[in-house]
Amino acid sequence: MCSYRPVDVGKGSSRSGAPVGRRVVMGMLGLGALGVVFGRQLNSAVTTTVNATIPGLGSVLPAAGGFRIYTVTNGYPEMSEADYRLTISGEVSSPMTLSFADLQTLPQTSMTKDFQCVTGWRVDDVPWTGVLLSDLLELVGASPTATALAIDSFDGAYTESLTMEQAMRPDMLVAMSMYGEPITTPHGGPVRLYTAPMYGYKSLKWLSRIDVIDQVIPGYWEQRGYDIDAWIGQSNGRNDEPV
Amino acid sequence: MSIKRFSKAERYTHRSIAVLMGILIATAAALYVPDISTVVGNRELIKTIHSYSGFLLPVPIILALFSLAFRRDAQELNRFHPHDWAWLKREAKPDVVSIPINSPTDYGKFNAGQKLNAAFTTGAIAVMFITGSMMFFSSLFTDDLRTGATFVHDWLALAMVIVLTGHTYMAFKDTSARVGMRTGEVPYGWANQHHPEWVLAVTQPEIHPADENQGDDQNKGQGNEDPPQ
Repeated sequence: MCSYRPVDVGKGSSRSGAPVGRRVVMGMLGLGALGVVFGRQLNSAVTTTVNATIPGLGSVLPAAGGFRIYTVTNGYPEMSEADYRLTISGEVSSPMTLSFADLQTLPQTSMTKDFQCVTGWRVDDVPWTGVLLSDLLELVGASPTATALAIDSFDGAYTESLTMEQAMRPDMLVAMSMYGEPITTPHGGPVRLYTAPMYGYKSLKWLSRIDVIDQVIPGYWEQRGYDIDAWIGQSNGRNDEPV
Repeated sequence: MSIKRFSKAERYTHRSIAVLMGILIATAAALYVPDISTVVGNRELIKTIHSYSGFLLPVPIILALFSLAFRRDAQELNRFHPHDWAWLKREAKPDVVSIPINSPTDYGKFNAGQKLNAAFTTGAIAVMFITGSMMFFSSLFTDDLRTGATFVHDWLALAMVIVLTGHTYMAFKDTSARVGMRTGEVPYGWANQHHPEWVLAVTQPEIHPADENQGDDQNKGQGNEDPPQ
């Protein structure tokens, strides 16, 4: 094997030849930069294309326009519709604890609206159905002098706040169905808030309690730096299209 | 008989990157795939692990730059020669080019597939590091740039998983190649079959006296080149 073979390898070969590796790296950096600058426009185009080509991929791949699931506790709180209870208390004339069946007997409101997360992703045209928050507040006789709601999740950690004025809007829903189906546990089922004009963190999951109170108490994410008045496009330094 | 293929520094670099990549992919899956998020939860903790593993990822590469063997291999991986293009064409069209699939056609230490994999992975680490940092220090960037960074980070992650699956599959198929990365040495027969010209180069010290990878000289000198790990 040590016989002489005039082959040009080693020193010669590694210094000559086209630097394809470097070009690949530079090309990727260039594409990456373009993607960062135009990603916002590309994102919706890619989402549309992917979902048109492979329907349903969005529900598996968040990059293809699906929901991203956030939970702040260890795993997810499980609650069956049968065990579910919503307590409404505080400055109300008749405090109530409602079961899932009780909520179903109340007037149902449906709306098809986008879900916009403060981290940037948005799911278009989600059909929601449930009871308007304003209907519930009317039902329990919320005090006219009360100014805010403190809202709790049965995960034991997630809390939210709304001013009474915000809560009375016709696009604030106590949602019991999403895409015409019961809301799954990861999405905050069996009952969650859907605060259409506000960023997703306001749409508290696993709703268990609404307290009618006198002052706004910042919720879980607001204690971590997010805006209390979470209007889409007008808060958290973002300029998303309002919902 | 075996031939020295990878130095200790290169092997530790590869292993460190592999471990960090494993952590990054596992935590990414827990953050990103709804079904896995459901089971794992603990978003803040997982996010912290993912972010810091990402920041650590370039460290083994920077340390490896102190190793002569690593720098030489990086240079070897960088350069394409006519036979590399031929290799790629043969892989794509085995019926057109009449070279048997297993015949030796990769003339250097690495074939064109290995070169492209190395280049893609290097570029991907750089882009993921930059876009990941933009997401981590999100307050420093405008909304549009943050959305763009997330977009790039998401899709490139998917591409990386595909390429990495291929990389792992190729290694899984080839025991000698795996042994080479684990022990640093490959069997002579394997080397001669897959990288014959490399074997010639490293076993002819009279032609290339400067080459460190002399066949019978497997351990000498390694200590001087390897950074402390």
